[in-house]
Amino acid sequence: MQNKKLIISLGALGLALLSGQALASSVDEMVNGLFASATGWFVNFIFSPFPGTSFPWIVAWLVVAATVFTFYFAFIQFRAFKHSISLVKGDYSDPNDAGEVSHFQALATALSGTVGLGNIAGVAVAVGIGGPGATFWMILAGLMGMASKFTECTLGVKYRNEYEDGTVSGGPMYYLTKGFAERGLPGGRFLAILFSIFCILGALGGGNMFQANQAHQQISGILGDFPGWITGVIFAIVVFAVIVGGLKSIARVTEKVVPFMGVMYVGAALIILILNAGQIGWAFGQIFEGAFTGLGVAGGMVGALIQGFKRAAFSNEAGVGSAAIAHSAVRTKEPITEGFVSLLEPFIDTVVICTMTALVIIITGQLVIDPATGHYVTEGGRIVTATGASGVGLTSAAFESAFSWFPYVLAIAVILFAFSTMISWSYYGLKAWTYLFGEGKSKEVTFKVIFCIFVVIGAAANLGPVIDFSDAAIFAMAVVNITGLYCLMPIVKRELNSYLSRLESGEIKKFK
Amino acid sequence: MPKKYVVACDGSSASGRAVKAAVEQAKLTGASLLLVHVLEWSPYSFLTPEEIEERHKRRSEELKRAQVALVDPLIATLASEGVEASAIIRYGHVTETLAEVAEKEEAAQIFIGRTGQSTLAKLVFGSVAAALAQIAPVPCTIVP
Repeated sequence: MQNKKLIISLGALGLALLSGQALASSVDEMVNGLFASATGWFVNFIFSPFPGTSFPWIVAWLVVAATVFTFYFAFIQFRAFKHSISLVKGDYSDPNDAGEVSHFQALATALSGTVGLGNIAGVAVAVGIGGPGATFWMILAGLMGMASKFTECTLGVKYRNEYEDGTVSGGPMYYLTKGFAERGLPGGRFLAILFSIFCILGALGGGNMFQANQAHQQISGILGDFPGWITGVIFAIVVFAVIVGGLKSIARVTEKVVPFMGVMYVGAALIILILNAGQIGWAFGQIFEGAFTGLGVAGGMVGALIQGFKRAAFSNEAGVGSAAIAHSAVRTKEPITEGFVSLLEPFIDTVVICTMTALVIIITGQLVIDPATGHYVTEGGRIVTATGASGVGLTSAAFESAFSWFPYVLAIAVILFAFSTMISWSYYGLKAWTYLFGEGKSKEVTFKVIFCIFVVIGAAANLGPVIDFSDAAIFAMAVVNITGLYCLMPIVKRELNSYLSRLESGEIKKFK
Repeated sequence: MPKKYVVACDGSSASGRAVKAAVEQAKLTGASLLLVHVLEWSPYSFLTPEEIEERHKRRSEELKRAQVALVDPLIATLASEGVEASAIIRYGHVTETLAEVAEKEEAAQIFIGRTGQSTLAKLVFGSVAAALAQIAPVPCTIVP
């Protein structure tokens, strides 16, 4: 009797759970449907290709901008590279300013916002579709992107707002307003508002939901499948404790562990490359040959190029305007020095870390080659991989072939990268929010609470359209930001020339 | 030229003893005291975006607090004892900064208190006084 009751109640519970799940998935579907129909046009617009091609115009927009800035500032990323490193080392820092944020700290914080899933999962996607040749275009776009980053971060510092209590707010919304006014150009305020709206959407999407979602994928990949909202709630609590509760200790731990993880990741990649030293020449051969012939990938050379360019843009955020927000809080007498420091970001992010991922995938033989033709074997637009994995799984498999325990380290790295990216984007979103609605404790807390709610949504649901939309929002930021950069680049040039001449005359001197 | 003694000063009882020892010496030699308060700081530590934004404000607050709560009262007390004293508040690595200041100000001596931690704690954390003794550019008095 007792047993029967138990069985019945268990059955009822099971039914309730099942119907709950069915309800949840139907809610998901409903949200997906509603969202897709409301935002689809926007996503389609941002990612639409040039007529008659498969080349998204937004990728061209970013690459053209990077090229323009590279030529306009006469290859500043190579000319100033050495000086940038001196600045980060603190050679030009006045010892009397000790205790203020150093260039190194600004760079490290901005990097922890960009180094993340793009470097691990995104590169695997790019190489998996575009073949090794995508790596060549990715590196090229990364090198060009350094000039975009230089331009936006210089402006970010130059036109930031400084308040009486000593805090500062900066970013594209401030240089769009103040810079346009200074040059007597119309529309600055309109662009600033547009940028802020896209920035909030990008922060909630790509900087939050996408990260939470991918972190959950990683955790469930190791612990077995479990509902996403559990991960979401845990993440949300931790994020809440940091951004609302001011629990800096957690953030500080992550900020310390993230660079360590980054170094470890590059270190492991280097070891794999050294172990396969004999094949490095071959791998670069594949990269160069693939860059111009495609080596059988879908779309050939253009396919490789799109994947490489797209990945670099997604990963280092050059031209998006987010880094300008991060760097503008630094106190420096020369805005241009922050620009110099920031140009190292795409280099570290894309040219070093992304390239490592790509090389490891290529060298460990994850991509299947047809021995008869020397071309890659493709299936449904993707290159067939040795283990059948794609995305993070592909990177994981590549590292696993050398170190069996690496997937666990990688999973932890992904989770931490996701977390630090969320913390950074919560700040970017907040700055855009306070630009629109004004500074104030309650307004700030409102945004932060909304941000935490979206962590749960992002981890719980498989919201493809929402994620598409948030990626689109991040790129929409670039449309507005780069428009502004074109209008304001003469100001950066003036700053640059003045600084370089003073550097040459010895007016700006080394302290070390 | 009158002598100048650098005294490491962080408000602890150990630093109080160092000040006392320096005062006794100064009364004999007519030297003046330079109180050096170092706030531990590394330009290579990691900060969150919000910490970066607030850094300048926090720095001003920290400097003001050190001035008002620590340095000013101490200078006043020393003045009433007839010892001339000035102060420097700096950010940086404690021992390195003390040695730097001593060198730049051409100090005759450095006075520093030692906390007398157990051997184990010293093994783990090292001791500021012991490290200073190794790198000090001028004679260094370690006050127990």
